[in-house]
Amino acid sequence: EFRRFSLERSKPGKFEEFYGLLQHVHKIPNVDVLVGYTDIHGDLLPINNDDNYHKAVSTANPLLRIFIQRKEDADYSAFGTDTMTRKKNVLSNVLRPDNHKKKPHIVISMPQDFRPVSSIIDVDILPETHRRVRLYKYGTDKPLGFYIRDGSSVRVTPHGLEKVPGIFISRLVPGGLAQSTGLLAVNDEVLEVNGIEVSGKSLDQVTDMMIANSRNLIITVRPANQRNNVVRNSRTSGSSGQSTESSLPSSTPNILANFLQGEEESDEEDIIIEDSGEPQQIPKAAPTSESLESLTQIELLHESTQNGFLPSSEMNLNHSAGSVSMEYEVQDPDHKSLEEDGTIITL
Amino acid sequence: MRRFLRPGHDPVRERLKRDLFQFNKTVEHGFPHQPSALGYSPFLRLMAIGTRSGAIKLYGAPGVEFMGLHEENNTVMQIHFIPDQCQLVTLLDDNSLHLWSLKQHSGASELREEHRFTLKGPPGSPPSATQITAVLPHSSREVLYLGTESGNIFVVELPSFRVLEDRTITSEAVLQRVPEDYCNRRSCELVEALREHPKNPDQILIGYSRGLIVLWDLQNNKVTHHFLGSQQLENLYWQRDGSKFISCHYDGSYTQWPVSSDNRQPEPLENLVPYGPFPCKAISKIYWQTTKNGLPYIIFQGGMPRASYGDRHSISVVHGSQQTAFDFTSRVIDFFIIFSSEPTAEFDDPSAMVVLAEEELVVIDLKTAGWPAVHPPYLASLHCSAITCSHHVSNIPLKLWERIISAGSKQNIHYSNMPWPIDGGTNVAPDPPQRDLLLTGHEDGTVRFWDASGVCLHLLYKLSTVRVFLTDADPNDNMNTLGEDEWPPLRKVGTFDPYSDDPRLGIQKIYLCKYSGYLAVAGTAGQVLVMELNDEDAEHVVDHAEADLLQDQEGYRWKGHEKLKTRDGPVRFEAGFQPFVLVQCQPPAVVTSLALHSEWKLVAFGTSHGFGLFDHQQKRLVFVKCTLHPSDQLALEGPLSRVKSLKKSLRQSFRRIRRSRVSSRKRRGGSGNASEVQEANAKFDQDALQEMELAPVQRKIEARSAEDSFTGFVRTLYFADTFLRDSSRHCPSLWAGTNGGTVYAFCLRVPPAERRMDEPVRAEQAKEIQLMHRAPVVGILVLDGRSTPLPEPLEVAHDLSKSPDMQGSHQLLVVSEEQFKVFTLPKVSSKLKLKLTALEGCRVRKVTVANFGSCKTDDYSENDLAVLTNLGDIQIISLPFLKLQIRYPCIRKEDVSGIASCVFTKYGQGFYLISPSEFERFSLSTKWLVEPRCIVDMPEVTSNNHMHNKSGIENAARKS
Repeated sequence: EFRRFSLERSKPGKFEEFYGLLQHVHKIPNVDVLVGYTDIHGDLLPINNDDNYHKAVSTANPLLRIFIQRKEDADYSAFGTDTMTRKKNVLSNVLRPDNHKKKPHIVISMPQDFRPVSSIIDVDILPETHRRVRLYKYGTDKPLGFYIRDGSSVRVTPHGLEKVPGIFISRLVPGGLAQSTGLLAVNDEVLEVNGIEVSGKSLDQVTDMMIANSRNLIITVRPANQRNNVVRNSRTSGSSGQSTESSLPSSTPNILANFLQGEEESDEEDIIIEDSGEPQQIPKAAPTSESLESLTQIELLHESTQNGFLPSSEMNLNHSAGSVSMEYEVQDPDHKSLEEDGTIITL
Repeated sequence: MRRFLRPGHDPVRERLKRDLFQFNKTVEHGFPHQPSALGYSPFLRLMAIGTRSGAIKLYGAPGVEFMGLHEENNTVMQIHFIPDQCQLVTLLDDNSLHLWSLKQHSGASELREEHRFTLKGPPGSPPSATQITAVLPHSSREVLYLGTESGNIFVVELPSFRVLEDRTITSEAVLQRVPEDYCNRRSCELVEALREHPKNPDQILIGYSRGLIVLWDLQNNKVTHHFLGSQQLENLYWQRDGSKFISCHYDGSYTQWPVSSDNRQPEPLENLVPYGPFPCKAISKIYWQTTKNGLPYIIFQGGMPRASYGDRHSISVVHGSQQTAFDFTSRVIDFFIIFSSEPTAEFDDPSAMVVLAEEELVVIDLKTAGWPAVHPPYLASLHCSAITCSHHVSNIPLKLWERIISAGSKQNIHYSNMPWPIDGGTNVAPDPPQRDLLLTGHEDGTVRFWDASGVCLHLLYKLSTVRVFLTDADPNDNMNTLGEDEWPPLRKVGTFDPYSDDPRLGIQKIYLCKYSGYLAVAGTAGQVLVMELNDEDAEHVVDHAEADLLQDQEGYRWKGHEKLKTRDGPVRFEAGFQPFVLVQCQPPAVVTSLALHSEWKLVAFGTSHGFGLFDHQQKRLVFVKCTLHPSDQLALEGPLSRVKSLKKSLRQSFRRIRRSRVSSRKRRGGSGNASEVQEANAKFDQDALQEMELAPVQRKIEARSAEDSFTGFVRTLYFADTFLRDSSRHCPSLWAGTNGGTVYAFCLRVPPAERRMDEPVRAEQAKEIQLMHRAPVVGILVLDGRSTPLPEPLEVAHDLSKSPDMQGSHQLLVVSEEQFKVFTLPKVSSKLKLKLTALEGCRVRKVTVANFGSCKTDDYSENDLAVLTNLGDIQIISLPFLKLQIRYPCIRKEDVSGIASCVFTKYGQGFYLISPSEFERFSLSTKWLVEPRCIVDMPEVTSNNHMHNKSGIENAARKS
């Protein structure tokens, strides 16, 4: 079934409204559907939130081709990079789903159900021999799952090679977050924790720093295995050349900034129960000029690492969705445990 | 103010910081750890103590003290003052000699090392040839005589330490005229003692270890007298007139020898084994002191019957028919006698005996009948029972101060009234700015009150909580009660007693209100005692209440120690702090936090299970709150049994063994539980050891979760009158912070004073804050509308503080081990934070608000946070903007007990234990500085200076 209608490009509205419009146009008000579109590279990409909807509208040239599937028999694998060129005919896949019974794909959930667990960041500013890994402990039940140890590494100094003490990853817990990302390995040397160099710090200090940052841990390592390093051919290609976002640099910082802001906020929000009511996150006080200064000073280090953030791992396809689900997850476990404590005893 | 807040380097603020903050380690209080040598100068009236770590400390009149440290950190073996000089020589165990002098510098004397020297023998000679065993500083002040293992005596010039080879006294020269048969039996061996003739500086007495003693004439370089001792020699002592000397021996005997010009090889006058006839231990040092009445004092160390009393550390004083063997609590390092050093005086007339034992200094008054002990003004044995906690109270009102002193003086009646006999030097330090008390809690259930105002940490009063409880210790079990005809006549002296009868008595938390005289003390077995200062003895019943902190939590079984049994009926208490109520926490876990509000008459206490509030006016429990996480099994099982250190459990088991040995006649029973715990501990320690071997240095990186162990452990309690519910009405409140990063706030309703006894105090939970980083909360503080910390209870009522600003909005400061956070009140919203651990990798161990005054202007002062981290650094953080001001390294990070013992004062000073027996005092403030400042003047040297003081020169020449 094909429908054709017009939208005002400058005021596309919200995704919710657009979704409602689609359901209305197709007369399927109670059917859950997946919405997708083909971008300028011919990739079939999902539309499921305001951001990617706006992007889809802004890139329409001039026609925006939209595909709608029922959610229950959707072919998730149809989405993604190169889908339109790799497959001979995406439409045949979409329209004749019985083709897939012969070659079953692994069903993975939609990006909105994902949450990032790790990412490699700052690829453009770090030496190729280093890797900066961000672990999102937030919202996952998995333990961080790694151990560190003292060791020594060899540095090139003006006086030749020198042996200096260093901190190394000594063990990964099977099934832990660190192991499951595949980005950290035993004997990787830890160089920085959340932007702060570990050289000169003791094992216990580095342990405390990592635990203090455990909700948003960014570790810079020198991988023991240097063969999997990201190779940069040129500045223009960016670190993750395949990403569609690289061709649309204008929209990227915006999304990232929002995402990071949200992340930082939720990381810090303590919970308050007033008069044994419902647990709530503690809001930030309206910052006075002094407190703002101090906050910016304290958080400067985080921001400096975050500005160069460029997603390259396939696990962080959709940042804003991830952030929403994380915030939700946070509240949940605490909610339960705290409610039990609400009783007041007066003797 | 505003301009000081800008980040970065504001030059105005930087200048102000220099006027406010300054780090100094000012003085060490207490008793030196591992003393190894003692010296005394009757000329300067100064005493010197050397330690195994190479420290040397000089003490004179109270407030006069000096410290020096040998670079080598080797054990100090001997200390000798140079006669009539402000100089001393130390001998270390690496055979090096060091010359120290006291020199005046900008109005105060300083102790400095001037020279060092190691005696070198001819090439190829064995090291023993130059191994120094005895040192004699000659009264000419020009030379030192050095006796060696080889038997040779070298002479070195002072202060250059140049060896005068032509004056060396070789053993060959000494043996020339010794009878053949004696010589064959024993060669000279090492030089045991060197003593100058008290009247004739040209003669020195040389004692060799095999027993030979010779009098050597320095002018003619020859032996004038031979004394053929038959026993191995330990030490020598001249009588004042030089007509006789006395030698003491390895077999526990001493011998008197006459010295006269007509007999060059005299026979001994008297040979005596004072504690014979059975084999005795060596007498290692002896004094012979003459008196006007003719009866001499003979004072000697050791000599006890080997089999029955060989383990005693004794010094015996014999004066006519009086004889007492002072029995010390630890090994005697050395001792000296203070006697008349006037050269014109005919007799010694000893006045006091000063004994340096391994764990304490004991001074005995020899002039007063019964020879009572003298209360030392310094060198207190802080560790007479192990210190378990400390609490500092600044600026004590005079009234309370006098009452405490008066209570303490009633306890000290058995001490001598003699003024402190070691009184050299002049204290020129300004008087302490205020009266400060340091309270130390001890393992044996006592609290000691120390005058911490000045350089001398002085015991004012000792409080024991033991009387409230029934303990195993039999109160009538007194070691001193010996029968009349008991032999040897032992008398126990000293206070050092590290063995606690019951570790449950240990004091864990102390809180003193200096305005009301209320004191709260909490201990290891969950006991909380509230006390009141009473100037009279009293007999009364201690009220008793239980606080069940587990409430209706089910299925938990406490496997730790039982609560202490209380005495029924009235108990007699001496004047001082007398307990009137006991709150017993159930389970009887160690009390981990304590707060007292003397105005509201409330006491709050917390353990690893929860916290409670007790109204000590109505003697009624107001509420309890269980903070335990349901899954936290560990907290329930015992007194932190599984996190106990190996060292601690070893110490405990040692103590148990010792206790059972000492008191085998005491009744047994109730030990089953203890041995079980011990077994479990041993197993745990073994497991921990194995784990350590498998993974030597590996650290797990894991976020904290609500399920972690000991999250319910209450770390801090705080009373505040603030805006908890709404911004129009403030009310009393109680705040509690836990190990799991939770802060509880309870709104309290305290009835007005006139109905205080009629209406109950009510409490209602108003807030609960969960810090998402879940680090332990170590401090809670409310800042008033001017961002000033709220005053202490009753501080305003006594006109000692401005009343807090109740107009502006209050702020809540929560300090966790990792972060500092400021929240608004009454609506809790986060305002500011400082993430210490995330940035620096260090954790907060101690935090206090301290007031810093400017050293330049009297009218400027500010409040800041003084913070000690787990790395031993001290940081000063500004209030209310949480800016790091300055950082000083203070304690080595490996010194865990030092860091744990640190206590800050309200005016930017602090104390921490550098050893079990010593507090280091430090200052962060430019204004409040307590440090020794003293002058030692050379007393007038009389014309006949050669005669002067000679007899009094302490030659502590003996092997350790």
